[in-house]
Amino acid sequence: MTKGLLGTRRLLGLAAAAALLAAPASAAEPVKIGMITTLSGGGSALGIDVRDGFQLALDEEGGMLGGHKVELVVEDDGRKPDKAKEIADRMVARDKVQIMTGIIWSNLAIAVVPKVTKDGVFYVSPNAGPSLLAGKGCHRNYFNVAWQNDNLHEAMGKHVKDQGFEKLYILAPNYPAGKDALSGFKRFYGDDVIGEVYTKLGQKDYAAEIAALRDAKPDAVFFFLPGGMGISFLKQYSQAGLMNDVPVFGPAFSFDQTILGAVGDAALGVVNSSQWNKDIDNAANKAFVESFQKAYGRLPSLYASQGYDAARLIASALKAVGGDLSKADAFRAALKAAEFDSVRGSFKFGANHHPVQDIYVREVVKEGDLLTNKIIGKAFTDHADAYAGDCKM
Amino acid sequence: MLLLIEQVLNGLQLGVTLFLLAAGLTLVLGIMNLVNLAHGSLYMVGAFICASVAGATGSFLLGLVVALPATALVGMAVELVVLRRLYARDHLDQVLATFGLILFFNELVRILWGPRALFLDGPSWLSGTVEILPGIPYPAFRLAIIVLGLAVALFLAWLTTRTRLGMLIRAGASNREMVSALGVDVRWLYTLVFGIGAMLAALAGVMAGPIYAVEVGMGESILILTFVVIVIGGIGSIRGAFVGSLLVGVVDTLGRAFLPGLLKLFLMPATADGVGASLASMAIYILMAAVLIWRPRGLFPAHA
Repeated sequence: MTKGLLGTRRLLGLAAAAALLAAPASAAEPVKIGMITTLSGGGSALGIDVRDGFQLALDEEGGMLGGHKVELVVEDDGRKPDKAKEIADRMVARDKVQIMTGIIWSNLAIAVVPKVTKDGVFYVSPNAGPSLLAGKGCHRNYFNVAWQNDNLHEAMGKHVKDQGFEKLYILAPNYPAGKDALSGFKRFYGDDVIGEVYTKLGQKDYAAEIAALRDAKPDAVFFFLPGGMGISFLKQYSQAGLMNDVPVFGPAFSFDQTILGAVGDAALGVVNSSQWNKDIDNAANKAFVESFQKAYGRLPSLYASQGYDAARLIASALKAVGGDLSKADAFRAALKAAEFDSVRGSFKFGANHHPVQDIYVREVVKEGDLLTNKIIGKAFTDHADAYAGDCKM
Repeated sequence: MLLLIEQVLNGLQLGVTLFLLAAGLTLVLGIMNLVNLAHGSLYMVGAFICASVAGATGSFLLGLVVALPATALVGMAVELVVLRRLYARDHLDQVLATFGLILFFNELVRILWGPRALFLDGPSWLSGTVEILPGIPYPAFRLAIIVLGLAVALFLAWLTTRTRLGMLIRAGASNREMVSALGVDVRWLYTLVFGIGAMLAALAGVMAGPIYAVEVGMGESILILTFVVIVIGGIGSIRGAFVGSLLVGVVDTLGRAFLPGLLKLFLMPATADGVGASLASMAIYILMAAVLIWRPRGLFPAHA
């Protein structure tokens, strides 16, 4: 019986493969988009928001993007590079996806993106923006719709400098994105900080670092501790009674809608940097925030906005080529042109296919019982990344 | 000097949190000879139950009171349904099965509570700082953890050395077959010990909640430290778990606090920061290796 079943399944598979070979892709067939993102374990809140933002754009068009039927294949990478790579290989070889997106973490992106873009797949990153892929490792089929990793840290460096803080204590986890973060910060703040500390990746207890920090008597603290690390750090910093004496600054990742609820009032009043916020005043953003809340019953995070923008960018390019991805050059040119209404307002790509965009300074405020962010200023206008010069396409 | 005292205190506090986890884990490993990777999942379950009860009622203490027995029940259910089948199998099977339990609990918690981290704050009367020495304000909640952890250590010492249950636990740790040959229902003893271990894990999770992030997967990183603790302390020994926890807590904290600074005496500052951070995260493993060279079975092994 079992054997019979297997045989049938194999036959069906062969038949399907034969059908695929027989019928060349035509514009009438759905465009296949593969999404690899983190949906389980620690950090799944980020992947789920990217997926939901992307899905929202799809649902708004009734399962289409740019007027063309789209088949979205979503798989969970569990935050593991080897798993992401395996899924990517399968999506390219078996599912024959033409466009990929979804990866949250830089180490996963580095494992997947160079391979799939070489295979002729277009990759639109809704989050991870490692310096390698913006500079030496850039590729004509790779587009990042979110930011280059350093951008938000650079904005905070400039803001802290402009505010006249002189004795800075800075912390990040001891891994590539952590080092990029602190060098991005120093690129605009300057190298003169009184303490530069690298913590263990995934560390939960910061008592030792906070005691040393208090002893160094800084006048401000900058930290990049994504996910649970940031929640722990902020709670402990506040419990140590430092929040009122020494202000903290950080990128949006520790103050976005997915974690503010867990940090609680400790985050109130903290200034952070982001390329997006729900109060950016344009029609696309208003509609996005409203329909996201209606569809999912929660406020969107910046990750959701990035997923949504990724889908809308792809939609604009699909529209330009009439859904026919065999016109690869035209599709690429349409992606590069980025003619869609970004929820961020003004948005365009630089020569290395990374955003040239405004970066805002936000403050954590309370609306009713809910903690959220409010824009209080702008750190950069039309800001590009520092690696574009190394990119030869 | 004041900074050193503060950092030692920080180390003790981390050690005490580790002890709550290690005590349960070492009992299970020592008595049932079961490698339970899912111990961290019970820590997570305890924290999540406490966070939701505290979120609904506004009372941390009520959350604590509900979370402990509830997690003990979850633990005993897991023992009855899954682990009972694993005692006779080798450690590799146990590792595989309990790793599966980690994935199961992570998904279950995500389905029940959603992917976002939860909020949990301690009671308001423990929210401030206490000036333990002039110029060192220390968070009151962390002091409470130290006090509670020491109380639990005393309670466990009393339980294992002065009660009948404790006698059975110690006997079970040193010779299982003999205990069952003497007519003790070992199955019942195992379930009970597992329940106690789960309750201690929940207590650790609840006390960690207001300091750390209450999120899916929170038990995994701390579980690694806990295994280091019981290897150093000697498998199956509560005393070993206590000494091992404090050693690991203090060494880890002092390493993070002072190694980069010490290295700056010899190296360029930028290099010292990087090397110091890497060395500090290795410190406890170096400690473990050193202890194992000196005493291959840990400091206080239960099986003579």
